[in-house]
Amino acid sequence: MSTANVTLSSSPTVMKLADLVAGQAVPATPPYVMSDEERHEIEECLHHYDDNRAASIDALKIVQKKHGWVPDAAIAEIGRAIGIPAADVEGVATFYNLIFRRPVGRHVIKICDSISCYLTGYDEVRNAISAHLRINLGQTTPDNRFTLLPICCLGACDKGPVAMINDDTLVNLSPETIPALLEQYK
Amino acid sequence: MTANLAETKPLTANIVPGRAPLNLKEYEAAGGYRAVRKALKEMTPADVTKTVKEANLRGRGGAGFPTGVKWGLVPSLEKSPGSRYLVCNADEMEPGTFKDRLLMESDPHQMVESMIVAGYAIQATRSYIFLRGEYVEAAKNLNAAIAEAQAAGYLGKDILGSGWTMDLHVHTGAGRYICGEETALINSLEGRRANPRAKPPFPAIAGLWGRPTVVNNVESLCNVPHIVNNGSAWFVGLNQGKSKDGGTKLYGVSGRAKKTGLWELPIGTTAREILEVHAHGMKDGLKLKAWLPGGASTDFLMPEHLDLAMDFDTIAKAGSRMGTGLLTVVDDRQNMVSVVRNLEDFFARESCGWCTPCRDGLPWTYKTLVAMEKGEGRPGDIEQLEKMTRFLAPGRPFCAHAPGAMEPLQSALKFFRGEFEATIKKIDKTTATHAAA
Repeated sequence: MSTANVTLSSSPTVMKLADLVAGQAVPATPPYVMSDEERHEIEECLHHYDDNRAASIDALKIVQKKHGWVPDAAIAEIGRAIGIPAADVEGVATFYNLIFRRPVGRHVIKICDSISCYLTGYDEVRNAISAHLRINLGQTTPDNRFTLLPICCLGACDKGPVAMINDDTLVNLSPETIPALLEQYK
Repeated sequence: MTANLAETKPLTANIVPGRAPLNLKEYEAAGGYRAVRKALKEMTPADVTKTVKEANLRGRGGAGFPTGVKWGLVPSLEKSPGSRYLVCNADEMEPGTFKDRLLMESDPHQMVESMIVAGYAIQATRSYIFLRGEYVEAAKNLNAAIAEAQAAGYLGKDILGSGWTMDLHVHTGAGRYICGEETALINSLEGRRANPRAKPPFPAIAGLWGRPTVVNNVESLCNVPHIVNNGSAWFVGLNQGKSKDGGTKLYGVSGRAKKTGLWELPIGTTAREILEVHAHGMKDGLKLKAWLPGGASTDFLMPEHLDLAMDFDTIAKAGSRMGTGLLTVVDDRQNMVSVVRNLEDFFARESCGWCTPCRDGLPWTYKTLVAMEKGEGRPGDIEQLEKMTRFLAPGRPFCAHAPGAMEPLQSALKFFRGEFEATIKKIDKTTATHAAA
């Protein structure tokens, strides 16, 4: 039996393979109850489509907007809300990179690592962020303030290097300006 | 000024950097929604399609398929009564491409008007703008424009008394480059994993929810109102005789050039004019080493190709593709093994995993390049990479994703073989040292 898969029932923390890969443990998923607000927003989306399944991505985004990520228990709830199997919701949730299936920090940094940003200094900017926050790609700071993720081309290539923090698109980044920039996100 | 711009640069005439996009009243005052009125009151849907066909508008998403021909593949209402859909592919994610963002953020009413005119041509019952989730500003501006257009009677029931009804929604995605492939986009819009579908049937016959569907790129669609207003001959003439194709094109430059940016120019403008006149050339002290004509999935071209006209046929003849038409310039300080490693990292990560050649072949390609870059490559690696370009050639994987990934690789191996070989020579020495130790 491999020692990598630590699933002792007495342990407060359940380690999954994905957590081990990123080098960070994740607490067991908290209970989830869909709020009326979320349910209402999801029902609104159903009107946009000729088939309810189409609202699955919208529904995942609605839950994520409120909770920061999509807890396990929300998957089945979403399935019930739009009338499709939970397994289908999970299939969608795990396909799309902007749906988070594990907790993230209060602020999510998405740094573009595609060709134009690579040519204009992606490596240096990423290193500056990593050094300042002491996290690598895929990790969250211990104070839960930032998560750092890679993302493909953000469509602002003439102003590279580019990143997003939450919904803000930040352009012409340089290693020198990173500390002051990050300080704006408390 | 505006009138003059509208005649030569129709797509960007309303766009002033730093200014908020035109609202409905301002857009109408600038001649907006004239095409909707003209199409719905004076033209049949078939007339609109015919005009766009005659304009020789070719798909600006990169494939260059004639937009009017695509519309013409949709069966008539008599043959296929019921719902039919127009979908705008606004999932702009091709590395090095930043044109559709500008059109949607800075002139959202032009996008909405385009959807209405194109929707009328195919008699769509519903239409969607499939927008990538990261384009937050575009979503906000488009939704505001749609609300205004709806209130003014340009969308919804019985539009302008024509008897035709269509609503329009912005659907925001949740990531993944593969959503830009039109059948994967349809699966995603249906709320499924974005795996591509087998063709045929083509979306024009059986697309969204099994119904006739047209998927068009943002820039393609934004040309449509201007073609309807001014006619196909006018549109063809926008090329100023530089190309067989009609219209203008949004061209851009990214990478280490002096003045990177985006410009609307006659289609067929040379790459040299785009780089040297509009982008003011490479940054001081840097020389152009190679360039991608239109995104990560196009073959590299060399400095000696700069005088080629940037249009679909000319760039294809030179062994590449115009793609999205936005140049990515690689300077002489870059190592091509590293540049290609970056590109293949992107393609490997964005493979949807549906078919084996792509799912396994791209990570293998990427890992080989990482090893070469670190000086841990082995003799035979170059031949293995060349084999990949054949294994993942068009027709072998399920869709165009992996073949696209092979375009920069095969051209880099052709033009810069020495740089790949040099990494292997280095390794031989390292191995020898290790063996001696």
